[in-house]
Amino acid sequence: MINAWQPFEWIAAVRFLREGRMQTLFIVSGVSIGVAVIVFMAAMLAGLEANFITRVLTSQPQIQLIPPNQLARPQRYDAGVFEDAAIQFPTQRVLPIVEWQKVRDRVAAMPEVVDVSPTVAGSVLAVRGDANRAVSLSGVDPATYFNIVRMQQYIVSGATTLTSEDIILGTVLAQDLGATVGDKLNLVAASGASLTLTITGLVDFGNKGVNARGAYVALRTAQSLLGLQGGATTIDMTIRDIYAAETLAKEIQASNYVEADSWIATNAQFFTAVQAQQTSNFLIMGFVGLSAAFGIAAVLVVSVIQRSQDIGILRAMGATRGQIQRVFLLQGALLGLVGSVVGSALGAGALIYFHAVAREANGAELFPLLLERQTFVVTAIVATLTGILAATAPALRAAKLDPVEAIRG
Amino acid sequence: MAEEIVRLEDVCKSYNVGQSSQTEVLHHIGFAVQRGEFMALIGASGSGKSTLLNIIGLLDRPTSGRLRIKGDDTSTLSEEQITRLRGHAIGFVFQAHHLISAFTALENVMMPMLVDHGFPTPEMYARARDLIALVGLKAVGDNRATNMSGGQAQRVAIARALAMNPYLVLADEPTGNLDTASADSAFQLMRKVNRESGASFLIVTHNLDLAKRCDRTIELSDGRLKV
Repeated sequence: MINAWQPFEWIAAVRFLREGRMQTLFIVSGVSIGVAVIVFMAAMLAGLEANFITRVLTSQPQIQLIPPNQLARPQRYDAGVFEDAAIQFPTQRVLPIVEWQKVRDRVAAMPEVVDVSPTVAGSVLAVRGDANRAVSLSGVDPATYFNIVRMQQYIVSGATTLTSEDIILGTVLAQDLGATVGDKLNLVAASGASLTLTITGLVDFGNKGVNARGAYVALRTAQSLLGLQGGATTIDMTIRDIYAAETLAKEIQASNYVEADSWIATNAQFFTAVQAQQTSNFLIMGFVGLSAAFGIAAVLVVSVIQRSQDIGILRAMGATRGQIQRVFLLQGALLGLVGSVVGSALGAGALIYFHAVAREANGAELFPLLLERQTFVVTAIVATLTGILAATAPALRAAKLDPVEAIRG
Repeated sequence: MAEEIVRLEDVCKSYNVGQSSQTEVLHHIGFAVQRGEFMALIGASGSGKSTLLNIIGLLDRPTSGRLRIKGDDTSTLSEEQITRLRGHAIGFVFQAHHLISAFTALENVMMPMLVDHGFPTPEMYARARDLIALVGLKAVGDNRATNMSGGQAQRVAIARALAMNPYLVLADEPTGNLDTASADSAFQLMRKVNRESGASFLIVTHNLDLAKRCDRTIELSDGRLKV
């Protein structure tokens, strides 16, 4: 029985698909597998990417301002007199950013900027008994800095407390020095100044180099140890749009006497890898979609040939070319839509399974499960439109059939 | 005087016009079909019967001459108008029943109305049921077209041809694929429908016995009307 709300085109399209059961089943399966691959890949790679980016961006500043390189400026003689001088690149002393408070206030006032924190960075020697290690020391203001580098997320032992007598160490560095939370550690600067601090926490950033060299103390402690009282050698920042970091860094550099490094520039390799992965992801999804579209087109072309007599009869009884065309366009749309719904369910199922099974060595999830409704809605719309597009050529062919020829068969 | 349903005036049909292979299939055909008339069109194979039927059925256009349906010249109509007129004015019965296999007998009978109206209505169902009853197939109305005998399918095709209450039913060898009993039964059905509905019938046939039982017979020979 035909329902009253169904137009002729819908009725014919559904009946034709139902009658060609095997053909319909195979092509819906083909489209479903294609859509499942697309949904699975898109969601998994988005999750992996989000995870990588979160890791990178919570363990380092998104933009870092440092003093510009110091240049030698030879005195000039008279104008136009050529100086035959080889100018040696000067040694780079650890110097604070000129008027860093003003720079900090200026960037903090920018609407794109979220957090700003001044730090002092320098090299010192950590000495404990017979062991000593070169250390990259960061003097930080915990209140602001821990919003930029999420120390709480990476602490594996102890706490993130940083008074003027505390130090937080990388796990590998602590291991090398045979030290743990609560132990004392002696720091010696190149100038000879030294300080004894208490280890309050151990952090693991998932990067051996950083874990073997990194040490964090309070801003004032680092300033006094490195002889930079009141100074800041870097200003670390987080921003709203992480992908705008490079543009914003250039903008800040142009209007301040600082050098601005964005996370994109300092992690160029990582960023290129992410982009390459995105490109290959899009290519794979595009080709999978294209092959599904060709599958739909092939099935409908065969269907037009098989149904040419039916088309001829329908034309003889008064069906217009437009009606016939819509019958086949609808079949394409239905194949795309049904395929996308089944495929989305398959893709989501595979994703949930893989998310449960694939774990990191420490048991943490490899990627966050990103199943957004938007992904499924967009997939359904794109698949339906692809189905219609794929059906265009067969539908035109069906509409152009001469009824006399078609009936004769 | 009876109402004229179809009039052909000096109709010619050629294929490959303007080429060296130009073939003239119909030569200066002229005749009329009156309302309620039951006519036979006979002729040898290749005499142009099917071409003439296609022209009268608005599936093909004449190369020259005029075809009038209820007095209106069809040569000036657009393709859209021709399609619409064909759906309303003419019913077709073919040698092979050509029912659409994806639908039941009842739905096949409904199809011309559905195509015309766009959406199904209870009235369509009622009319389709009446027509199925008229051709004596009430019991198999819900059968698929593929699930019927040749004779039954041809009866459904006759019911379908009547769905839009056409002026004229064109039947191309409607009994050609049927055994003698079924052929006779189908013929009698068409005769009955012709009397009851008032629709004119033009039947192409090779069967001279059937032709003799029609009101009038015209014969085509090499594309010319034989008087």
